[in-house]
Amino acid sequence: MNKIKVSPARKLFCVLNGILITGIMLICLVPILNVLAQSFSSSHAIVSNQVKLLPVEFTTSAYSYVMKNAEFWQAVWVSFQRVLIGVPLNMILTVLAAYPLSKSSRVFPARKYYSAYFIFLMIFNGGLIPTYYVVSRLQLIDTIWALILPCGVPIFNVILVMNFFRGIPESLEESAMLEGASQWKILWNIYLPLSKPSIATVTLFSLINHWNSWFDGLIYSNFTDNYPLQSYLQTLVVDIQSLMETGDTEQIVAALSVNDTNLKAAQIFISIIPLMLIYPFCQKYFTTGLTLGSVKE
Amino acid sequence: MSRAKSIKRPYHVRKKRQRVFHLMLFFPVLFLFVFNYLPIFGLVMAFQDFQPGLGFLNSRWVGLENFRTLYYLPDFLPALRNTLLIALGKIIGNIVVPLSFALLLNEVKNKFFKKTVQTATYLPYFLSWVVLSGILINFLSQGNTGNDAGLLNQVLLSLGIVKEPVNFLGDKNIFPWTMILSDVWKNFGYNAIVYLAALTGIDPGLYEAASIDGAGRWKQTIHVTLPGIAPIITLMTVLSIGNILNAGFDQIFNMYSASVYSTGDIVDTLVYRLGLINQQYSLSAAVGFFKSVVSGILIVVSYKLADKFAGYRVF
Repeated sequence: MNKIKVSPARKLFCVLNGILITGIMLICLVPILNVLAQSFSSSHAIVSNQVKLLPVEFTTSAYSYVMKNAEFWQAVWVSFQRVLIGVPLNMILTVLAAYPLSKSSRVFPARKYYSAYFIFLMIFNGGLIPTYYVVSRLQLIDTIWALILPCGVPIFNVILVMNFFRGIPESLEESAMLEGASQWKILWNIYLPLSKPSIATVTLFSLINHWNSWFDGLIYSNFTDNYPLQSYLQTLVVDIQSLMETGDTEQIVAALSVNDTNLKAAQIFISIIPLMLIYPFCQKYFTTGLTLGSVKE
Repeated sequence: MSRAKSIKRPYHVRKKRQRVFHLMLFFPVLFLFVFNYLPIFGLVMAFQDFQPGLGFLNSRWVGLENFRTLYYLPDFLPALRNTLLIALGKIIGNIVVPLSFALLLNEVKNKFFKKTVQTATYLPYFLSWVVLSGILINFLSQGNTGNDAGLLNQVLLSLGIVKEPVNFLGDKNIFPWTMILSDVWKNFGYNAIVYLAALTGIDPGLYEAASIDGAGRWKQTIHVTLPGIAPIITLMTVLSIGNILNAGFDQIFNMYSASVYSTGDIVDTLVYRLGLINQQYSLSAAVGFFKSVVSGILIVVSYKLADKFAGYRVF
């Protein structure tokens, strides 16, 4: 590239822009770093309000306390079960729906009825109470299945994968069929290997969705033993809130001085760890995943 | 895809292939039927005096009685108004902020810096509102004695922007703004992806031509960049119409309290309190029915508009 003369105004803009963007980045990180610092600080330092972005009087006591908390680990276990069963189920159903729907209506004339069946659900839903009623009539309350089955078919993911499948040349399928391959074989040996980015994207969507869901755990469980991690955390967050509502300052101060802040912070951060582990993949695939949705014939 | 390329297969082969397709769709369709369609049929309870013990068949039909009760319910219209205001604020914020951010970030040439910024700004998007509420309740706290305020209030106080700690979550006039801004805070990094992708798609030749014509950076932004990404801006705006009744249950449920019900209570939180806390199934289902119908109409309208203006089709 030729050397282009950069005007002073442009230089100034670049510097200011860099500062502004750094500021924006900090706005995203500061609240999170603040709580992270608290999770490693002593309760004394927190109560006297010294903790900003770095731990004060560094201690891991909050974490070791959490390690011994059986309720917390029970919730982690429920969440793991949920992910281990829920994500594969999501993926199987997504692919099974996306493959036939990706066929043109010439090959699969009934496609238009099926897609109407799916589209209607993007527009209309039964809402909280009737869904709750169905789940309870099926006797799923207080079982892991209440957290897995109702969200078995993520329609958004179906559309994403379907659009990706559509981008795969039909000639590949035609030649495989000439070789006598069945549709299952074609799906498994041609479509899935070619769709790795979109499959990875929706797997991550499904994983994050299962890990982050909390409301279903809250309403479909009568016993806190059945709470997944996020629902368990939610009850912790609300605890503080209800104290704020009563406005009983003594209670709040008492709650805070028993190390409640750093305890909560520690549990929040442990719950984030699995997400942090997959975060690099998220970044890689979510960008592609988002633009995938718009792939059209 | 051209039709001419296809090979005409014997009838029985095509039939067999279709049978496999029906088979594949069986389980997804079954799941959706049980967990999505049955609840839609269950919405008849909105027109009944539904008693769980009696079921749908034996509960008394009351016609539109529940909707009338709803209209006179003191909580409903304020909740509807709050929903509209908060959702509108979020829709605007979630377009303007990511767009501006993408424009600024697009001017950065240093790849490493760009990547770092993106990594940091996506982060809140991946965390649940439970986790973020835990973090924000702490960060935004007003404090009780004056010196134990959250970090944001400490900063504002020390910069002299405010005299007293601000009650971000407990003051009913501030609460809706807190919801809108924290939602934008969570999502802007992620929402900017779409705009950044569109920005990289603009033909560099256009910029060259513009600069030869004597357009400076600012003029190029106005005359090349913005028209270049106008379709995607239109699309995002149109698609967000369907969200006008979604003020964000997860967020508000985890951060609101009785002191801000008058401005912070939304349709979804009302449904929850009516239905699952007060056990008024029919009334709650009526609210849900209302919301679903209005949102449904808006979604259809927005998809039609998206198709018309941006050629965007979901299926």
